[in-house]
Amino acid sequence: MSLIEALPIALLGALLGLDVVSFPQAMISRPVVAATLAGAFIGHPPAGLLIGVVLEMIALDTLPFGASRYPEWGSAGVVGGALFGAQPHGMPGALPACLLAALLTASISGWSMVVLRRLIAIRLEQTRDRIEEGSRNALLSLHLSGMSMDLLRGGLVTITAMMIFAPLVRAIVAIWGSDSAPSRAVVVVIAAIVAGAALWKVFHSVRHVLWFFLAGLLVWVGLLVTR
Amino acid sequence: MTAPTSPGVDLPMRVKFAMYFRLLAMQGSWNYETLNGTGIGFTMEPALRYLPGGLDGPAYRAALARESRYFNAHPYLAGIAVGALVRAELDGVEPARIERFRTALAGPLGSVGDRLVWASWLPFCSLVAIGVYGAGGSPMGVVGTFLLLYNAGHILLRAWGLRIGLSRGLNVASALGNPVLRQGRMGIGCAAALVAGAALPLALQRVAGPGLGLVGGIIGAALIGILLLARLREHAEGWRIALGVLAIFVLYSVLT
Repeated sequence: MSLIEALPIALLGALLGLDVVSFPQAMISRPVVAATLAGAFIGHPPAGLLIGVVLEMIALDTLPFGASRYPEWGSAGVVGGALFGAQPHGMPGALPACLLAALLTASISGWSMVVLRRLIAIRLEQTRDRIEEGSRNALLSLHLSGMSMDLLRGGLVTITAMMIFAPLVRAIVAIWGSDSAPSRAVVVVIAAIVAGAALWKVFHSVRHVLWFFLAGLLVWVGLLVTR
Repeated sequence: MTAPTSPGVDLPMRVKFAMYFRLLAMQGSWNYETLNGTGIGFTMEPALRYLPGGLDGPAYRAALARESRYFNAHPYLAGIAVGALVRAELDGVEPARIERFRTALAGPLGSVGDRLVWASWLPFCSLVAIGVYGAGGSPMGVVGTFLLLYNAGHILLRAWGLRIGLSRGLNVASALGNPVLRQGRMGIGCAAALVAGAALPLALQRVAGPGLGLVGGIIGAALIGILLLARLREHAEGWRIALGVLAIFVLYSVLT
């Protein structure tokens, strides 16, 4: 993938990375949305949706609580969707390799958010006296520069990840040694485990929650029987 | 733009809209020093121009400085604080009282919002989207369902917070007793569990593809893994374990 080809993807990553915290937090940065949009950019939205759903299940494990450190799924979803959308159909290694690239991007992008927050704090220290005097310009400048840096951060993470992972994933897929069925099975089991444990972690304190889950399972069984 | 005002002033609709729009960008300068304090000042700024003396007057500058100090709240519920603080500033409440109010309000707005939105509404909407995918939904259908459902709650919650804050001022604390804020998590949790029971296996079936399906081995491995990971709870991050296992599998598949 050339730099020019990666630029529109980087722009999408920048916009969706901005949504995670800065603006507007409408959750267009959730992997199910980000990866589908990226897949659509590449011309293959169903592929983007498939990896987006898997990433969404894994993302249930990380909730964006205030000052906690968490992976950044906006740019990662874009990278995962764009990479998977670009793979030829039916390649056994495509889903695991693209998923790994997306998870690595989420981790690195989460770290970049910590760096950004420290940079904003440094800039705040430099302008603290003016803000304490009630300077409108100082406050607006701090705020808008924070948002601009966040936009830049998302774009840089996305383009860097695309430049590294696009050739790497292509190489991995070309020499992949496992069959299609076990390759998919590993992804399915990983997604099921992480999502199941994450939901238990979040909702175990809700009364009768297990009964509601079992009722949902019954609905699934009912659908299996009637189909 | 900079009309002098008196206690009880009603802000023009365009100022309320400006504050609402800025609420969406409130976390643009989030940092480890003041958390979203500077964002609160940024969001309140259009309304503070209506203080006596107008834009850049002494009252404006003092209020902007005061409101830009440390604050912590869930972004969707920060509108309650923004509205209440704007009302207090415009009503000429003494600064020491405003400071005490800010300190008292920050904790509850963070914890209530985290539990209601991040730990309930967001997972619920994700599960609904996953369910739509499992039921055979198209990319547009899945993404549209998620964004419409999630943002119906998001947009309304922010608007409600700002409105209730502006109307009640420093008496806004009682709004935190709203049944939706207090009990909403329980109801959403039950609904999420119900949806999860059907949605997760449906979606996993579709990811697995027609040739594989959810065979016994996969279900067994998943159940054992869930039990192990759930027991570890606070001591392990599932996504990191997923990253490690996936990396090992990719290495294995490339080297064999």
